[in-house]
Amino acid sequence: MEVSFKVNGNAVKAQVEPRTTLSLCLRDHLKLTGTHVGCEHGVCGACTVIVDGEAVRSCLTLAVQVEGRSITTVEGLAHGDELSPLQAAFRRHNALQCGFCTPGMLTTAHALLTEEPDASADRIREVLSGNLCRCTGYVSIVEAVLDARAAYGGPAGDTAHGHAAAATGGAGR
Amino acid sequence: MKPPQFDYAAPATLPEALALLAHPDGDARPLAGGQSLMPVLAFRLASPRLLVDLRRIEGMDRIDIDAQGVRMGAKVRWCDIERDARLRTALPPLAEAIGHVAHYQIRNRGTVGGSLAHADPAAELPGIAVACDATIEVASVRGTRNIAAADFFQGALATALEPDELVTAISFPAWPAGRASAFEELARRHGDFAMAGTAVWFDLDAAGRAHNTHIGVIGASDRPRRLTAAEAKLDGQVVDARSIGEAACAAAGACDPADDLHASAAYRRNLVGVLVERALARALAGTRGGLAAAGSTVNRSGESH
Ligand SMILES: Cc1cc2nc3c(=O)[nH]c(=O)nc-3n(C[C@H](O)[C@H](O)[C@H](O)COP(=O)(O)OP(=O)(O)OC[C@H]3O[C@@H](n4cnc5c(N)ncnc54)[C@H](O)[C@@H]3O)c2cc1C
Ligand code: FES
Ligand code: FES
Repeated sequence: MEVSFKVNGNAVKAQVEPRTTLSLCLRDHLKLTGTHVGCEHGVCGACTVIVDGEAVRSCLTLAVQVEGRSITTVEGLAHGDELSPLQAAFRRHNALQCGFCTPGMLTTAHALLTEEPDASADRIREVLSGNLCRCTGYVSIVEAVLDARAAYGGPAGDTAHGHAAAATGGAGR
Repeated sequence: MKPPQFDYAAPATLPEALALLAHPDGDARPLAGGQSLMPVLAFRLASPRLLVDLRRIEGMDRIDIDAQGVRMGAKVRWCDIERDARLRTALPPLAEAIGHVAHYQIRNRGTVGGSLAHADPAAELPGIAVACDATIEVASVRGTRNIAAADFFQGALATALEPDELVTAISFPAWPAGRASAFEELARRHGDFAMAGTAVWFDLDAAGRAHNTHIGVIGASDRPRRLTAAEAKLDGQVVDARSIGEAACAAAGACDPADDLHASAAYRRNLVGVLVERALARALAGTRGGLAAAGSTVNRSGESH
């Protein structure tokens, strides 16, 4: 079957089988390998992408189900070579080690902060509870997301941990 | 693993979808959010011939609230329920339970109809449906029928649905102001399926006696169910620490959990007692602005959230 949709602002078409998951379509057909696949059954969150503004698990979505929709993957977050404020905050806080979970963490947090720029630490923890990280112990990830809130119009900085919001450069998307 | 091969159709109308499901070749399955069906396919626990995607069918995505109660279309998603502030008074147990249903990304796709049809014994909505006397509306090429939630769930992942039937909506009777209720569950990780959970409610008379007592449990049996033995301990009694304790004890004795990877049957049985006790005390506190005695017995068993 042919399916057409938008990825990171570009119109794309792909020939897929009905059983082709969106994660497979992105990685194998469209060569967008930033989206990672961990468990392939909905538990780890590594494959999270944003469909029309909503974070979804791309391993639990068929490519044919996103006909006509607009998708943002981790590749769509940066402006060219410049990291987005959220990505920059991850780097500053050492919120990644092996990086396997990172695309899912970034897309999930981006969707959350776009909708809820003032998300509390508890809310961020609750939302990220669906994303597994085997390396960082999560603390640095939560700090990075808190720190990035200002760039989305949320409260300035993660004061509890002494990181200034100004460091994000305030360039919200 | 990758899912097995299947054909795919995304009909634009309900009659077309029903016709596809009734096709003589058989083995067609509805696809709603895919949040349970996709894992089932990935594990190759099912290999349907055809998936009938409901995404293009208009309607079935509204939450209607009126004097008759709450009616939710099959395509209402968890995130729609979460955002609907009216449910806090129109159906408090659901409003309370929804925060426990799955994770952020899954809540953007998982639906009411999919959850009911999948019938996981630990899922919250089926539990609320049984505990709150809901009716499930079903359609097929043969017409429509209504099934009481108590008759709908027939075992783990087993329902009263015929293979060609579609859930179209669920409706709940009206919820009077002042009714006492609470929902409690324990899961290993926030958003995972509950190890056990309970939804309780009752109406208090002027003398502080409970009437219309409902105690429903999830994760404690092969299906969501009411624990009538526990209800009987509270119904007609003054609701206090003693009657709550007796109902909780009866609940632990009345459920029939199984051993599995996550917990032994004995652990689950004990957990049901603790959760029912907590929920009843909190339900009472909610109507009365707190009854110290009931509160203190319960707090020894840990934090409530
Ligand atoms: C990691 C993870 C954690 C989860 N945690 C929870 C949790 O804590 N609590 C919880 O309740 N759920 C949980 N879920 C399940 C999730 O909520 C599912 O979305 C939901 O149970 C099924 O809804 P769906 O719309 O995705 O259905 P689908 O996956 O599309 O379908 C499920 C089944 O129902 C059938 N079906 C779908 N729609 C209809 C219909 N209208 N009529 C008849 N049959 C239909 C399908 O054929 C299929 O057999 C979890 C899922 C995952 C992956
Ligand atoms: S790969 Fe999709 S949730 Fe794990
Ligand atoms: S950084 Fe390695 S899994 Fe998260």
